[in-house]
Amino acid sequence: MAHFTKATSIKDWLNQRLAIEKVEKVMASEYWIPKNINFLWAMGMVLVITFTFLLVSGIFLLMYYQPNVDLAFDSVNYTIMREVDFGWLWRNVHGVAASVVFLIIYIHMFTAIYYGSYKKGREMIWISGMLLFVAFSAEAFSGYMLPWGQMSYWAGMVITNLFSGGSLHADGLVEWIRGDYVPAQAFLSRFFMLHVLLIPVAILGLIGLHFGALRIPHVNNQDGEEIDFDKESKKYLAGDKAGSKVIRFANDFMSKDMLVVAIYLVFFFYLVFYHYGFAMDPVNFDPANGLKTPTHIYPEWYFLWSYEILRPFSTNIGLMAFAFAQVIFMMLPFLDRSPNTVPASRRGLFKYWFWAMLIDMIILTAMGKVPPIEPFGTIGFYAALTFIGLWIALPIITMFEKKA
Amino acid sequence: MKDNSRRGFMGKAFGAVAGVGAIASLFAMKKTWDPLPSVKAAGFTTLDMSAYKENELVVEKWRGKPIFVLKQSKEMLDTEDKNMSQLTGKTTEAMDKKRLIRIGDAEYMVTIGLCTHLGCIPGYNQDKKSFLCACHGGMYDDTGMVTKSPPPRGLDIPPFKIKGNILVLGEEGPEYKKMKETGITL
Repeated sequence: MAHFTKATSIKDWLNQRLAIEKVEKVMASEYWIPKNINFLWAMGMVLVITFTFLLVSGIFLLMYYQPNVDLAFDSVNYTIMREVDFGWLWRNVHGVAASVVFLIIYIHMFTAIYYGSYKKGREMIWISGMLLFVAFSAEAFSGYMLPWGQMSYWAGMVITNLFSGGSLHADGLVEWIRGDYVPAQAFLSRFFMLHVLLIPVAILGLIGLHFGALRIPHVNNQDGEEIDFDKESKKYLAGDKAGSKVIRFANDFMSKDMLVVAIYLVFFFYLVFYHYGFAMDPVNFDPANGLKTPTHIYPEWYFLWSYEILRPFSTNIGLMAFAFAQVIFMMLPFLDRSPNTVPASRRGLFKYWFWAMLIDMIILTAMGKVPPIEPFGTIGFYAALTFIGLWIALPIITMFEKKA
Repeated sequence: MKDNSRRGFMGKAFGAVAGVGAIASLFAMKKTWDPLPSVKAAGFTTLDMSAYKENELVVEKWRGKPIFVLKQSKEMLDTEDKNMSQLTGKTTEAMDKKRLIRIGDAEYMVTIGLCTHLGCIPGYNQDKKSFLCACHGGMYDDTGMVTKSPPPRGLDIPPFKIKGNILVLGEEGPEYKKMKETGITL
């Protein structure tokens, strides 16, 4: 048994029992971050803050929300929005954060793609990140069901129908997922459970894995340089702070992070107070009606690109293309055959691949928003083909990449 | 050695019991997600077919799903529709009009009013005598056959039984069974 002495202070008392000084060093003051980074490296902290907002606002919404097909709509649009003091604030924060979190996730993802932060031991960071993207997508979808408006109902109908697998006609599976022939009480209750318990627990676990995956390979830097973190941290601790290539996570790196967070929050709260409408579809202010489809159904903006990959094809091919789009980003570390871990700008053809992919996804997003009429259908069709083509081309162009 | 084999046995026995428990709980979880008996026994919908007017779409409800009832006019019956059946690969002539249900002297289109692509409700255009699904642009003619992709097949026909002037949805009559056998509906 460990030997305990009479504590000289509260800190000492805790230290003997929980080793708080050691924990602080491992987690913060002696967790080393490269100096050679830019504001894009702050997106992780921006996501942590946004997720915290979602959690806190969600707790307050949960106190008044009623997961019942007859009460849900009014509990959101009347009780929370009009009766509860500051209920509107939690709803606006929750809705805006749910939308903006995807913007930041996409920036975070494309930063990693640009700087090659998914290679040389960082594969698990990428994979856990993509699992987080899947979990956040499921969380966003299940949350979208809860106000039980027209868009909730019909998005629920369309997305659960995807599981019939086209010509496989797995209608039994679809009915099993819904707990009914159509989205009804059983459906609302179980998606409520998923939204407030199971998926958030999964997200918290995945965040732990994502952070843990960072510890051994460490954070990447602007040049993809392989830094000897032991040597550089010793240099720093010996007093040569200027000569060392690393800084402490806290408070040094955090202070830079929090500056970016502060700027982000100005933008975030501008949206919350003055521009929350973009996160709340007007169609969803009509109560769910299983006998009337809205004239134009589209998902929230962050799902539009994959929706547009589904849409221009016939059912089976569309489903296959859609499934391809859902998993292919996960495979990125293995499809990129080049050993170069440098910014895309120094990687020959990959530079064009990166920008083509980014622009193609923006085009897919735009085409997913407009009704399925010409010329948008054709543009969307070719953009979807381009998406698939780019992924097929990736292993080939990276295989012939010169060593940087 | 003796110890080892005893440990090995203990490990296997523990693993086996835990494994059976895990499978049993998965089974219970799966069954818990199943639709409830009360939902499954949602019952039958009875339609009095004499009440419908020609070329006027009426939306009924069966097991929470919309049901399209469209009485055919003479003009609609005489028009040969250009449609396709991706499901059976059969040609237009072989499929056209066979989806209609004859009750008394009139022909009716009775289908589940959900697009076979992803389940939106198509809208009916009385002048063009065709259905358009706004979600992904799929189209159907006045017998519920596909005229424009992406829907993979015509509108599904619910199980039905003819009782004089009455149509019962949810029961499988001989006319429905024949349609199923010949691949006219799923």
